[in-house]
Amino acid sequence: MSTHAPILPILIAFAAALLQLACDRLSFQRLVGLLSAALLVLVGIWLTWLADDGQMRVYALGDWPAPFGIVLVVDRLAAAMVLLAAVLGFAALLYASAGFDQRGKHFHPLFQLQLMGLLGAFLTGDLFNLFVFFEVMLLASYTLLAHGGGLARTRAGISYAVINLIGSAIFLIALGLLYGTLGTLNLADLAQRLLLPGYDQALARLAMALLIAVFVLKAGLLPLSFWLPQTYTAAGVPVAALFAIMTKVGIVAILRVQVIALAPAMPDLLDHWLTPLALATVVFAALGTLAAARLRALAAWMVLLSAGTLLVTLAQTSAAVTAATIFYLVHSTLAGAAFFLLAGVITEQRGPAADLLVAGPQPQATWVRISFLVLATTLAGLPPFSGFLGKLMLLTTLREAAAGLAIWVVLLGAGFVAMIVLARAGGDVFWKQKTLAGPSDAIAWPRATATLALVAAGPLLAVLARPLSDYAERAASQLHAPGAYVAAVLGPVPAPMTRETAR
Amino acid sequence: MEALLAIAVGVLSACGVFLILRARTFPVLLGLTLLSYAVNLFLFASGRLRLEAAPLIRDGASYTDPLPQALVLTAIVIGFGMTAYLAMLALRALSEAGTDHVDAGREP
Repeated sequence: MSTHAPILPILIAFAAALLQLACDRLSFQRLVGLLSAALLVLVGIWLTWLADDGQMRVYALGDWPAPFGIVLVVDRLAAAMVLLAAVLGFAALLYASAGFDQRGKHFHPLFQLQLMGLLGAFLTGDLFNLFVFFEVMLLASYTLLAHGGGLARTRAGISYAVINLIGSAIFLIALGLLYGTLGTLNLADLAQRLLLPGYDQALARLAMALLIAVFVLKAGLLPLSFWLPQTYTAAGVPVAALFAIMTKVGIVAILRVQVIALAPAMPDLLDHWLTPLALATVVFAALGTLAAARLRALAAWMVLLSAGTLLVTLAQTSAAVTAATIFYLVHSTLAGAAFFLLAGVITEQRGPAADLLVAGPQPQATWVRISFLVLATTLAGLPPFSGFLGKLMLLTTLREAAAGLAIWVVLLGAGFVAMIVLARAGGDVFWKQKTLAGPSDAIAWPRATATLALVAAGPLLAVLARPLSDYAERAASQLHAPGAYVAAVLGPVPAPMTRETAR
Repeated sequence: MEALLAIAVGVLSACGVFLILRARTFPVLLGLTLLSYAVNLFLFASGRLRLEAAPLIRDGASYTDPLPQALVLTAIVIGFGMTAYLAMLALRALSEAGTDHVDAGREP
């Protein structure tokens, strides 16, 4: 059973999508969707537990050995990301099941396909397969983004689709260049061949640079991040919550390619440009939060802020930094998604004022106010919740980095700005009131549960910080063990160049 | 033949990039299509160009690398699906906003 564990997440989501396409009764689709998401969480926990023995599980699809076939690889990082995506997917789906899914057709199958794309992108060990899962994820996300209708959503959908189609074209060019120069698209094989002489160094370098460019486009690095805030603001609440992990797909992809393929062969590819641009992204996002006029826009800018913070760390090649990155990634994904859901709940409670940061009816439910306080504390990086611990780990490990001082100044400055903005937003929403009562409708329990669950992640991650950061450290050291990934995929002895080439 | 293919890829990408930089969705859509043609040709060439060689290994016959052909096939299918969806989205924006200009209906 555990031999086939690596492919299980992809199969569950895919099977659920097919079932939902077969019967479009909403209650059935909801049931199948939630069951699949719950099952994915369980499988995620199981995979994380399995992966924690330190062994990399390589699953060769169709039993074609790497590098000829496609492989899925489960290490600690991939398993943790699967669990994170599953938890997020379950919460977002629960929220959506309280009415959002009725606003258009085919919400549920698309949601499952998006999950499948996400999970596949975390698990695959083949670059072309990564492209395919990216496209599965993107195609579902284009349609989910437009779900619910409205001109703003359509317009954001067009620019989002166009920029990602251009990204896909560049991805394919990079893959073509890599295959043309190195003759493989398997990540482990690629890493090995980059170390052998006899290929065109300049072309391979160009291909890797293009590949990284596509990943930073997904992650939202500054010159390529203008699509992100408007897209996330326009998306429906549960969709935006799920999108909170999409920037992280780019970040995990960079992390993997950088540690496995780039660090041994061309370690200087990310030097000099990634950290400054990432710091610029943080500054840009901090300014954006100051300008946000509504809670969802603020949440979108916060997602960009956390993506920028994570990108700062990627040019560093130490396991300690990567461990901090993984912890911060988990925290920021959950907190960002929680913010979108909470903004949705607040919108419901404020009637005409919606989520605009203006005086209006005050949200009545006490748990909403307490949640906002907890979440704002988590997001701003104040003690005692996970944001503080995550940022503390990042700052401690980045102290020895080349631009350590600049990183400290920018990250602490951005945290300060975030604190001011969140305090101001809380004041606008909860204290500046025109009328005493907003709409008194109770919040549907799925929405309340989903929101509370994600908000509770902040305190929970703080309580479990020791085991979680230990796991992150083990994941980072597994990722950074030289040659471990290549050996696990291709076998312990470096495979000789057996492939007959037609050249 | 290499020169011909290179020129075709270059011209297609140049036209594609030019059209993508327009401010109306229809030219952008055409530009993306041209760009994806260029990319497909480029991918095809990544397995090297060989004349009169099937992607099959047979005794004595020369053969060509089958993998890029499979990649191109996948890329064509994905690109086609994406473009079709974008066309539908652009039509919806056209009917909702009354124009396909990117800045139309946006508050100043």
